[in-house]
Amino acid sequence: MPIKRDAKKIVYTSEQEMPQMPMSQGSMLWNKTGSWRNIRPEIDLGKCNQCGICWKFCPDMSIVIENEFPAVDYDFCKGCGICAEECPTKCIVMVEERK
Amino acid sequence: MSKEKKMRLTLPEEELVGSGNLACQGCGANLALRYVLKAFGKRTAICIPACCWAVIDGAFPHSCLGIPVYHCAFETAASTATGVKAGLEMVGDTETQVIAWAGDGGTFDIGIQALSGTAERNDDILYVCYDNEAYMNTGIQRSSATPLGAWTTTTPVKFPKDRPKKDIDAIMAAHRIPYQATASIAYPEDLYKKALKAKNTRGTKFIHIYAPCPTGWKSRPEDTVKLARLAVQTCLFPLYEVEHGEKYTLNIKVQNKKPIEEYIKLQGRYRHLKPEAAAAIQEGIDRDWERLLKKVNAG
Repeated sequence: MPIKRDAKKIVYTSEQEMPQMPMSQGSMLWNKTGSWRNIRPEIDLGKCNQCGICWKFCPDMSIVIENEFPAVDYDFCKGCGICAEECPTKCIVMVEERK
Repeated sequence: MSKEKKMRLTLPEEELVGSGNLACQGCGANLALRYVLKAFGKRTAICIPACCWAVIDGAFPHSCLGIPVYHCAFETAASTATGVKAGLEMVGDTETQVIAWAGDGGTFDIGIQALSGTAERNDDILYVCYDNEAYMNTGIQRSSATPLGAWTTTTPVKFPKDRPKKDIDAIMAAHRIPYQATASIAYPEDLYKKALKAKNTRGTKFIHIYAPCPTGWKSRPEDTVKLARLAVQTCLFPLYEVEHGEKYTLNIKVQNKKPIEEYIKLQGRYRHLKPEAAAAIQEGIDRDWERLLKKVNAG
């Protein structure tokens, strides 16, 4: 599994805690967009030729490079299927999401 | 499966657009900013008016971008970016680049006077229009970037859009800005190269990025990149650069133009289209392509 990326959701309980200027305080990594998905990509690394096309076209930055091979971060993958569509060796298949 | 072989990456690995953002599945606009920021790097500030990216970025106090973001009013993307740049120069920072990042509504319709003013003053910013051909963020209303014959919620099936898309690139070329280009998310290396060139040019730069929207175009999310590629291959959206409004360079010379039907049949917004209407679209594309070739051959 890829390295876990995580962040805490910032919640203010009172007005005093709010910063004086409306500026960004943290990243959106608390928002696990993986729950939007109903099909999931699965990579067969045996057929992978390491072209990097899936990584390049992933709109959610959820294909990460691990030991010089692509891996899917299922916490954030929204299941759009661009990686499976664009893969030249067709080593990525979209399968039904399991509960 | 040899462990020694390296992944062949054609773009830098650093990501400034984070995961967990609020883009729809298969969003083209998300890819567009990802590639531009790969070229621009961390020393960049970005001004975002009301557009899809104002939402994708995330709600206060969170932001998925690794750079400062300034959310501004709909019509002021270019003038806000000018102001941010002027402010940075006042405190002696000449290195930080400023990007105005607007959708097609904020560029073609609402933001055009601010953009025109910035281009006329030749302020040192990059203006990027990511073009998804309607006001997608507010619920798919017609904009002047919507192509001929397309369905939107304000141009329903019985009355599809009867006017062609506004030629924003010709408008910007008429401003004689140092550098402008059209780019597509299906050609990331080309887009990256153009963003790098814009980074190293002083003066107003304009990049028009074609970013398909599965939600508004009623296409399958996995077809996003395919649609952007077909738009280039059918000559609907040719990739070219213009320097000082005169020197046109064609980046992808399409030899065998694909018929527009291939592009149309993948999208639900064209489902009502009759064959005659498709022929009219094809005619418009052929005419625009000939016109562009004339400009390329002249300069």
